[in-house]
Amino acid sequence: MTETPLNGEYDDWLDAIEDGDGYYVECEAGHGWLPPRSVCPDCGSRTLHDEPLPDSGEIATHTTITVATPQFEDDAPYVTAIADFGPVSITGLVRGVDPEDVSMGDVVDIEVGERETTGERAVVFRPR
Amino acid sequence: MTDPRIAGAGVTQFGKHPERTGRDLFAEAGLEALDQSGVDPEDVEALYYGNFMGELAEHQGHQGPLMAEAIGIDAPATRLEAACASAGAAVREAVKTLRNGEAEVVVVGGAERMTNIGTAAATDALAIAADDLYEIRAGMTFPGAYALMARAYFDEFGGSHEDLAHVAVKNHEHALVNEHAQIQKEITVEDAMEAPTIAAPLGLYDSCPITDGAAAAVLTTEAYAEDNDLDAPVAISGTGQGGDNLALQDRPHLARTPAADKAAHEAYADAGIEADDVDVAEVHDCFTIAEVLAIESLGLFEPGEGIHAATEGTTTRHGELPVNLSGGLKAKGHPVGATGVAQLATIAWVLEGTHPRADAVPDASVGVAHNAGGTVASTTVHVLEVEE
Repeated sequence: MTETPLNGEYDDWLDAIEDGDGYYVECEAGHGWLPPRSVCPDCGSRTLHDEPLPDSGEIATHTTITVATPQFEDDAPYVTAIADFGPVSITGLVRGVDPEDVSMGDVVDIEVGERETTGERAVVFRPR
Repeated sequence: MTDPRIAGAGVTQFGKHPERTGRDLFAEAGLEALDQSGVDPEDVEALYYGNFMGELAEHQGHQGPLMAEAIGIDAPATRLEAACASAGAAVREAVKTLRNGEAEVVVVGGAERMTNIGTAAATDALAIAADDLYEIRAGMTFPGAYALMARAYFDEFGGSHEDLAHVAVKNHEHALVNEHAQIQKEITVEDAMEAPTIAAPLGLYDSCPITDGAAAAVLTTEAYAEDNDLDAPVAISGTGQGGDNLALQDRPHLARTPAADKAAHEAYADAGIEADDVDVAEVHDCFTIAEVLAIESLGLFEPGEGIHAATEGTTTRHGELPVNLSGGLKAKGHPVGATGVAQLATIAWVLEGTHPRADAVPDASVGVAHNAGGTVASTTVHVLEVEE
């Protein structure tokens, strides 16, 4: 159990991903964001609601990090990617695949894993 | 025109000075700038100072007054923080203050102490310029962030790591005569290609070093420079600043830097110039791909064309449009909070003809300085022009 203070809606969002109920925040004009958001940075709308996160994303770009910060020291080398889920894109760790085999456009599932170094939660993508 | 004048500038040697405090570094640069300017320190009415990670590197916040004291001026002092664009933001505030008539003489500068905490802690400190919740917790580092942009760029426009190696080779060569530079070592494309990977596709030679250093400049109104018979031929004729979503994931495009487009557009309009008028540029090449993105945003190359500029020689000191004659952040070094003012000093010295690489552009009259923060969520662009 963590004793550090939680980061409000960010941790709620991770809980939801963990439970298979991932969501994103959408404004009336259909712009998608990740929480917490009080206003849409694109159009200024303050009428935001939750929408279910599409159940798969596509890798938009990726990197294999060999020189890590101390918080990821034992994780290195690891792959960090941005995956496009349609209305939103999300940054996460790609696992369950050899780093050499990660490619642009790969379809991935999203889940919550732990950092090997600190045990803290992290967004994880797994190629299908 | 009442464009602010650069009356003097000073830059420390950029490099590893782990034992030197921030105040000591800034004193060296600031006093050199004051001495060069011929301005009476009692005339200085404000200090705008850039610093990014002072709390983390030397447990020192509230650095404005500390730095004013360090250079012996009794004036209001404010620290500005915009990640790696902190000093660029400080220049912009200084320009606005002088133009508004609120002061006749200001000092602008910045300093960063980084090597005293070691590479791992410095990497960690730099990472706080990204989105902590959505990027850092997903393992993103700064080399990693630019690697994400580089791969997206290759995917959209083509180009390769070898093209980026040419950027590194060029900037290393430019720095060979720069006594302020952290790295004065010629490298080959093969050296860059074979260097250890940091964040694929970027390797060691795609990344700027971790650097201690400071830079400062004394800026005055045109009237003050004339009344006091200062030798200040270079004016800051345009200023611009642009912003973007902090996190890469929230941007519609991963291979472009619209914050820099906006800053360039504003600065050029302010100066009454076009991109075609630019003779020389210092751009924020914290990573080789960043130079490519910068020269495209500045309108010097079309999107997708910047990747070929160094390979084809256009941006070398022998080319039509030299970029980073100082060696850039890549070879000169990148003491984060000082970089924007070091760029300003370089362009001023090149336009005056006193920089060791000024012979690359003997007829240059217009230069630009592009200073970017984070993954270019903050950018300042300044246009400098020299009196004919």
